[in-house]
Amino acid sequence: MKTILEKNETKYFTFAQPPDELILESGEKLGPITLAYETYGRLNEQKSNAVLVIHALSGDAHAAKLSEQDPTPGWWDSMIGPGKGLDTNKYFVICSNVLGGCQGSTGPSSINPKTGKPYGTDFPIVTMGDMVNSQRQLIDHLGIDKLLSVIGGSMGGMQALHWMVSYPDRIRSAIPIATTLKHTPQQIAFNEVGRQAIMADPNWRKGHYYGSALPAKGLAVARMIGHITYMSDTSMAEKFGRRVKSDKVPHKFAAEFEVEGYLSYRGDNFVKRFDANSYLYITKAIDYFNLLNGHSISDIFKGLKAKVLVIAFKSDWLYPTYQSQDIVKALKLAGVDASYCEINSTYGHDAFLLEVEEETDLIKHFLNTVANGKNGD
Amino acid sequence: MTHSNKIENELIMEWISEGSTVLDLGCGNGELLSQLIEEKHVRAQGIELSDEAIHRCVARGLSVFQEDIDSGLAAYGDKSFDNVILNQTFQQVKKPDLVLREALRVGKKVIVGFPNFCYITDRFQIFFRGRVPVTPSLPYEWFDTPNLHFLSIADFQEYCKKRDFQIEKSVFIRGNTKVRFFPNLLAEAGLFLLLS
Repeated sequence: MKTILEKNETKYFTFAQPPDELILESGEKLGPITLAYETYGRLNEQKSNAVLVIHALSGDAHAAKLSEQDPTPGWWDSMIGPGKGLDTNKYFVICSNVLGGCQGSTGPSSINPKTGKPYGTDFPIVTMGDMVNSQRQLIDHLGIDKLLSVIGGSMGGMQALHWMVSYPDRIRSAIPIATTLKHTPQQIAFNEVGRQAIMADPNWRKGHYYGSALPAKGLAVARMIGHITYMSDTSMAEKFGRRVKSDKVPHKFAAEFEVEGYLSYRGDNFVKRFDANSYLYITKAIDYFNLLNGHSISDIFKGLKAKVLVIAFKSDWLYPTYQSQDIVKALKLAGVDASYCEINSTYGHDAFLLEVEEETDLIKHFLNTVANGKNGD
Repeated sequence: MTHSNKIENELIMEWISEGSTVLDLGCGNGELLSQLIEEKHVRAQGIELSDEAIHRCVARGLSVFQEDIDSGLAAYGDKSFDNVILNQTFQQVKKPDLVLREALRVGKKVIVGFPNFCYITDRFQIFFRGRVPVTPSLPYEWFDTPNLHFLSIADFQEYCKKRDFQIEKSVFIRGNTKVRFFPNLLAEAGLFLLLS
């Protein structure tokens, strides 16, 4: 069936105008705040078919093509669209760029109204909770009382979990994918190496580099480290083997193996679309993430009425399956109507964007049972 | 773990009371759980390993967890279910003794069902043919069987006595009928209701 989506574009929602700034979890105030967001499909009359999709570290509001003619695919195009896992013939899908981001939402590269210059590192520390609070403002603005679902992978999954804790009455279901209840020392360590790479770049200049040369090399290295952690030993061996480039390399230590070329290509490309300071702020927000934070594992989801589907991938070593099993344990202890699926994949953490067929099958059927009010009760 | 016998499911349905809570260990594609929800209005959860079966359960709207039964019970508190079902999966887990003790910790009642390895046809195949039995209740070849433990009805009864497990009810089955005499010889499967 061919359906042409409505003419659509990236939209902007601004709130927290002074003196009514948003009070961040740190206690600092921030305002005004703009969120870039896109929507796909149509909100029904009862406003009961809205699904909030939350992006990962480097994602943005452009989750899918805005129209059949849109030349730029979204980061989850395989999942969102007519007839797909998140079927836009049925659901109204919303995706916004996170607070602290650099693709249309307020972040360190935005203009600080007090100085007329970009915030840089004067931007306050933001958390997963702050990102979720700002998403809730957007949902209020769209007039949606209860989301049919919140879905996200990796950092997006952390925010989906945060919705379950902060706004349990505003969601009918949640699908946290390849994620964790709290960031672990190993995960923090990888992020820290990325941040150090950025801050070691002489162009970083304590974060006030706007208008001059960008800390591109540092950000590219940070991205390269990230990409290593998103793949698996198997997927790298399959993708690159030990193959080398055929053309002569300019010097002894220039990228020679295909995997080296791939990483530097990924790094260089990333610099064109991402702000180094946003990378610092967002990875820090991820590292601060700890839903347990003094709460017992049996208490965090107590009373949650929403239906939850937890998905993990066997080869994901950045967010290993035991972390999803901990989420499942917390859900079981709270007596939540939940399900857990562990997908057999060799793609590593990246699997959440690549294992389209399995995820589509699960998400489509799961949402169907939520929308039809079918559950274990 | 998808062996399902109509009569076994019917008996299990009879043993489970209206509106109670159920945990099905090795729930397959969720047929029994769906039936229990529909007819007995239970609150149900299942544990299952197979990818295909889990997808079917999710599509049915069931609450299911893709986990190993051998380790999946640790997250549940004592007596958190009225009923725990271990039908046709008891002989397939790595540590049946541990799993059954865990099931009795987690559930107030535990329903255990398994194929009787000393059914007369099995005995014939071993005795006269000198072969490991392949029968309707034990349909697998030795090199490709999910069954890890082979026990008879008498073995299980003795085991329960040794462990001091209280057998509240038991039924013995051949095909779609109940067996009343010499179950260890004449029944293909046994179904037991244990109280914790």
